[in-house]
Amino acid sequence: MSGSGSAPVSLEPKHDTKAPTPPAEGVGGFNAGKFFIGLVGMVVVAWGIGNLFLAFGYYPEKFGSRIVIAIVALIAGVGGAAVFFYFLNMMVEGLPERLSLRVMPYAYLAPAVAAIGVMLLYPTVQTIHYSFANADSTAYVGFDNYRAIFQDDEFWISITNNILWLLVVPALTVAFGTVVAVLADKLSQTGEKVAKSLIFLPMAISFVGASAIWLLVYQLDSGDEQTGLLNAVWSALGGEPQAWLSIDTARLNSFLMMVILIWLQTGFAMILLSSAIKGVPEETLEAARIDGASELKIFFQVVIPQIRGTIITVFITVLILVLKVFDIVYVLKNGLDKTNVIANLFFQELFANGQAGQASAIVVILLIAVMPVLFYQVRHFRQEEMNR
Amino acid sequence: MATVRFEKAQRWYPGADEPAVPGIDLEIGDGEFMVLVGPSGCGKSTTLRMLAGLEEVNSGHIYIGDRDVTHIPPKDRDIAMVFQNYALYPHMSVADNMGFALKMAKVPKDEQRKRVEEAARILGLTEYLDRKPKALSGGQRQRVAMGRAIVRSPQVFCMDEPLSNLDAKMRVQTRTDIAKLQADLGVTTVYVTHDQVEAMTMGDRVAVMSKGYLQQVDTPLRLYDKPINLFVAGFIGSPQMNLMEGVARDGKVQLGNYAVPVDPTAAKKMNGNVTVGVRPENWRLLSEQDGEGFPIRVTVVEQLGADNYVYGTSDVEGTPSTVIIRMSGRAVAQKGETLRVTTDPEHVHVFDTDTGERLSD
Repeated sequence: MSGSGSAPVSLEPKHDTKAPTPPAEGVGGFNAGKFFIGLVGMVVVAWGIGNLFLAFGYYPEKFGSRIVIAIVALIAGVGGAAVFFYFLNMMVEGLPERLSLRVMPYAYLAPAVAAIGVMLLYPTVQTIHYSFANADSTAYVGFDNYRAIFQDDEFWISITNNILWLLVVPALTVAFGTVVAVLADKLSQTGEKVAKSLIFLPMAISFVGASAIWLLVYQLDSGDEQTGLLNAVWSALGGEPQAWLSIDTARLNSFLMMVILIWLQTGFAMILLSSAIKGVPEETLEAARIDGASELKIFFQVVIPQIRGTIITVFITVLILVLKVFDIVYVLKNGLDKTNVIANLFFQELFANGQAGQASAIVVILLIAVMPVLFYQVRHFRQEEMNR
Repeated sequence: MATVRFEKAQRWYPGADEPAVPGIDLEIGDGEFMVLVGPSGCGKSTTLRMLAGLEEVNSGHIYIGDRDVTHIPPKDRDIAMVFQNYALYPHMSVADNMGFALKMAKVPKDEQRKRVEEAARILGLTEYLDRKPKALSGGQRQRVAMGRAIVRSPQVFCMDEPLSNLDAKMRVQTRTDIAKLQADLGVTTVYVTHDQVEAMTMGDRVAVMSKGYLQQVDTPLRLYDKPINLFVAGFIGSPQMNLMEGVARDGKVQLGNYAVPVDPTAAKKMNGNVTVGVRPENWRLLSEQDGEGFPIRVTVVEQLGADNYVYGTSDVEGTPSTVIIRMSGRAVAQKGETLRVTTDPEHVHVFDTDTGERLSD
């Protein structure tokens, strides 16, 4: 609070104010020996580790058991990385001092960036590449794949479903998470713990598991006895038992599937939002109370703006999850009855229909759709950092 | 404008063994600046928060003017509060922070703006109206918190240690600013602090609290001159009053070989073990021929320019480990030297050691 008036302190290393040093050999200049030892060391270490890991794959029998491989891989991987960075550091230190200081951070970043490039960027580029190729990626077909998917009704069903999922799930998840967090906050300490644990519990269930559970909820039995929870309630209220997941009127079945994801993610939203709400200074609420605001106004005009950052973070996290939604749709209906989504459509095209080209095109569309969200998130994250 | 009256107002936190404030009776006049002062945990903040409506009143009553506000929610009490850490709304600009209460009260927009601008002018915040609290210094934030209180023209200001987050220099300046502002506006103010200097310099009257009970409510000078008990005597004044345990004998108090002269009222009332209090500035140095006096061996001398504070020890049982004497800034005292001091009956405060009550006039 009181630090705002202090003079800015430079954290930059001060080269110019250094104590005068005797003009020793090599200081400040290019140290060729150091540079080349570092360079050669790096190459040797990288080559050695590369070969070792290839050996794990090609000659596993030489190592005896898998456990030995695991242990050797662990030691060689971690130790090798340390030695690699040691040589990397040596090489950069061999450079003239001014250059060395400037290059150092990039040198340390480079291996990680390279790994991301190989594991992430290369496949992305390859996928885009394949989206212009035929079913088994042997010849270029231009925009045929895109033309094909855009003319496919199933694609449009998937796209609209994805949009519905995007509109409904993140918003409701955040809303429920906030409501639960606020209400739990008003409970006694034990009550709060119990309530939060119960609501967080679904987070521990896999999507497939959750889908199986909800399949039972939506189940339709032949005969009079209904074991499906929804049908049991429905018939108790006087309704005819329904095959819920086959009702595509107003995409009802898709909404029923969204319920599952909301059920799974509300706990996650609640945990983050709850800690954010607890972080809102009590005094600001008291001040608002004295300023004449009703509890509802306090919530919307004082609490919500102060946890806005967390709300956006949770919203985007769930949004990205929803863009990738697959398991629930696959397990419950495999995309039948107009429930298909892009990820499931991709899966069907690639593995069931063997259409690598069209499958790639679908993924590229998905990628383009995610892009603005990612940009927004990165920007938002930066702003949050700046506001700290 | 209104008076404030506490009638046996009690606050007992759920689950606590004893009430934080067992029952306070206090009357604050219209336009008065009342300071509640005491060590931490004495119930002063609880008392203020009861008035603000942020703490439930378990029994008793609180009146603002003639209105019983005991069970009225804070928003309907027509009070404004300044919090220790200001409690500004971080997401609102300075203008919105100050105007929030008016907005809640559905005051017309142009009226809102007029009042916010007026308050900003008084507090010198005009050029900061569009900033967020984060972009302000501590002192500016404090002024915004004040502004938020004054735009409402409330019946009562409640201030809960509003200066304790400021640095020392800022605190002294803001202290005067607040006192002046309050005098100009004439709004009844209840101000909580643990700092007795703040209490003495700002309050029309000061209420000294300890362990949930009011010890003494009086003007700063009367608190200083006639502390009602040992607690108030020790709490008010800086450096502290020298409190020394002695035995009443023949109308004087015996401290080792030194007989402290006391006023006639105390002389009549005292008996057995008593505690005498002498403020640092009330000691007189004795020269050789004036007699024995009270011997004090100097351990530390603090030279402040205008004054010297001499800290020393007397080896008499019952006296504190350090006795403080204020001397003129040019008087010389050396470490290790033994000073002989005495005092006058009108400057001696006599207290009953067991009950802590004042026996002097």
